[in-house]
Amino acid sequence: MFTIAKETAWCPGCGNFGILQGLKEGLDSLNLEPHQVVISSGIGQAAKTPHYISANMFNGLHGRSLPAGIGIKLANKDLTVIVESGDGCSYGEGGNHFVHAVRRNLDITHLVHNNQVYGLTKGQASPTTAKHQQTELQSEGVQLEPLNPLTLALTLGAGFVARGFFADRKQLAALIAEAISYRGYALIDILQTCPSFNKVNTLKWYKERVYYLSAEHNPADMGQARIKAEEWGERIPLGVIYKRETAEYGAHNTVINANPPLVDLPLKPHDAKRFMDEFR
Amino acid sequence: MDFTVLIGGAAGQGMDTLGMMLAKSLKTLGFHVFLHRDYMSRIRGGHNFVKVRFSNRPVLSHADEVTVIVALNAETIELHSGQLSEDGRVITLENGGKVPPNLQKRTIQLSSADIVERSGNKRVAGTAALSCVLKLFGLPLAALSDTIVTVFAGTTAVANETAAQMGYDAAETKFHAEAPAPWDNIFINGNEAVALGALAAGCKFYAGYPMTPATSIMTYLAKKANDAPILVEQAEDEIAAINMALGASYAGVRAMTGTSGGGFALMAEGVSLAGITETPLVIAVAQRPGPATGLPTRTEQSDLSFVVHAGHGEFPRLVMALRHPEDAFYQTARAFNLAEKYQIPVFLLTDQYLADYTQTVAPFDFARVSIERSLATAVQAGEYLRYELTDTGLSPRIVPGKFPGKLVYVDSDEHDEAGRITEAAAVRKSMVEKRQRKGAALHPELLEPEYIGCDEPKVLIVCWGSTYGPVREAVLALNQQNHAVGALVFGDIYPLPTKMLERYSRQASKLVNLEQNATGQLASLIRQHTGLACDHSLLKYDGRQWSKDEVIAALIKEVL
Repeated sequence: MFTIAKETAWCPGCGNFGILQGLKEGLDSLNLEPHQVVISSGIGQAAKTPHYISANMFNGLHGRSLPAGIGIKLANKDLTVIVESGDGCSYGEGGNHFVHAVRRNLDITHLVHNNQVYGLTKGQASPTTAKHQQTELQSEGVQLEPLNPLTLALTLGAGFVARGFFADRKQLAALIAEAISYRGYALIDILQTCPSFNKVNTLKWYKERVYYLSAEHNPADMGQARIKAEEWGERIPLGVIYKRETAEYGAHNTVINANPPLVDLPLKPHDAKRFMDEFR
Repeated sequence: MDFTVLIGGAAGQGMDTLGMMLAKSLKTLGFHVFLHRDYMSRIRGGHNFVKVRFSNRPVLSHADEVTVIVALNAETIELHSGQLSEDGRVITLENGGKVPPNLQKRTIQLSSADIVERSGNKRVAGTAALSCVLKLFGLPLAALSDTIVTVFAGTTAVANETAAQMGYDAAETKFHAEAPAPWDNIFINGNEAVALGALAAGCKFYAGYPMTPATSIMTYLAKKANDAPILVEQAEDEIAAINMALGASYAGVRAMTGTSGGGFALMAEGVSLAGITETPLVIAVAQRPGPATGLPTRTEQSDLSFVVHAGHGEFPRLVMALRHPEDAFYQTARAFNLAEKYQIPVFLLTDQYLADYTQTVAPFDFARVSIERSLATAVQAGEYLRYELTDTGLSPRIVPGKFPGKLVYVDSDEHDEAGRITEAAAVRKSMVEKRQRKGAALHPELLEPEYIGCDEPKVLIVCWGSTYGPVREAVLALNQQNHAVGALVFGDIYPLPTKMLERYSRQASKLVNLEQNATGQLASLIRQHTGLACDHSLLKYDGRQWSKDEVIAALIKEVL
């Protein structure tokens, strides 16, 4: 239902293809219709995703997919809002919005295509590029510590923190559906390859490392979640790292909670006259 | 009659409350009142003052000359005694020899210690000073008592009453202040008027980040959030604020953001996004002196060029300079209609002076406010084209989620009619031209500037926004002295309406721009749009608003 015929601008073998497919299947599994869904994206290769799917689209500015998506959800709580962008857009340019989106805990789903490199601008380091990894710009290797989005989200109090993998679209589709169904801000950091610019984190590299969390992992246990969120290198866990019920923003904001979607409120100038009368 | 009472002291001494109490008492008595605040960017200490000007005729600005000074500290007398009128009076709450010898006969010294002792409250001495003011003008104490009851409760009110009686008994009447016939009015400042205009227009979403002097728009709206209802979001920064507002507008609500110059600098990319996505948005920019942090609590009109040009690329916009609280109300309501009709960003350009001064004005007429959403109510079969090419450049706009099978694609990239990314040269050209056509279609909406003055002016002042009050009062005063002066005060300022300007500038022999900035930004805009060059440039950029007296003096000295 969410598929459209549109030529993509991605390189052959790009990890984004798998994520796009996972997203379509995830949405299909929820019985949503395209007009009920809005995808807010920024700028980057990942941010082109909404162009290749049948759903409403707000393809805004680099780094600003979260605030635009938040505005959309606040204006119409009936819409399913998915914020979709890459690691540079979400954790670099939009880092401040990421921090505060977690704190706000609005009912949106944040899909971060994390290929650990800047694709659109041709291969510079992203916030998640490994330390010492060489790029054309960082020719002596990256000097900064990589940002761990999962531990950061946990520290900020996120209620749904997961890691997906582009090459397993069935599991990814299920994960995306679970995130959309979660009431509150849900983060899925989705590992993907960039065959053109990231020659380190290849499909082979990932396949030697990723594994799905077993039933023994209790996502409600913050202690376990922190350990799994920290795990990186030889073994990389996939799936729901942490999940608990939280007070979703819209549920406790009285303006949103006590009213129909703001977009459906009647507008009558005279209704505001009583406020003016307080100045008499 | 035209009197001004200045109340001065250090931040934290309660000048705001006292000024408001005096102003409300005078309003109760039927006077026209203008309350102007001059404050430093600090919470305690420093020197702050409020000026309460009142008359039996409309007062549109502050005056330089002061009739009564209420000095809550010695510094107030030092700083302001030079502005005291010849027969002016000083009320001081400090005992001791701080009053200069030449003022001692005109000074009423209230003893704070006595007031505290008799009232049993340390914080009511200022009330005694206010009642003393009323007595000096021969006005009844009852007006202040009514205000005390509404401001204070219980024992505090009793203590205030005691202090009020002491102050009233301490003075004799020196001035004759006769109130006009009762008239229906509200007492409101520019930011409150903007906020009311937004509420009347059906604004349902305001996102902002606190920045003086724009913050009070958001604060007011937040207080009415549940009642209105309107969602007010304090964003993590101004970038988030404008992007949230754009998201909300895309989703179909009337949305607004507001800030001052520094915050607006962060919003510039979002303005550009509004331009290419054709998302309606109302943006209030309350100017203060720059560059950078500048003078945070003071006033300037130095962001006109910035607001006119902010945002990369070329796209239509409308900039309205707000002139006074009534103008602020009606223009704000109009801004929402035009933003949606032309699917553009509309700017409300105000400044600290207008944001913060409070004035008695006629109640706003809500029957004059109409809400025109300009949304498409039906869509054609087939794919919905958010950027459908039309003669006017205006494409039918729908709200996402409301039409099953219809999707709304908006894109910050150049896009085709459906909103899909493209680099095709022909499409690019047609989309640029589409946006330009919207700008052309907007032109007939422009409101000409307001003309003030005699029928055939020899000297024509051009000014904009909050200089309206001082310029109007100055021009009318000069006309009474038989000076052939007129003024065009621009409200809609970009695109620049030029009909009245061309007509009056033909009659006048001298064109004078009067602005609250150092470079004459309106003069530049006029020259750019009409080729007309101003003969004189009267500019003020010390962070303090032009007063009517300064306008008169500058014109007489440099132009007339």
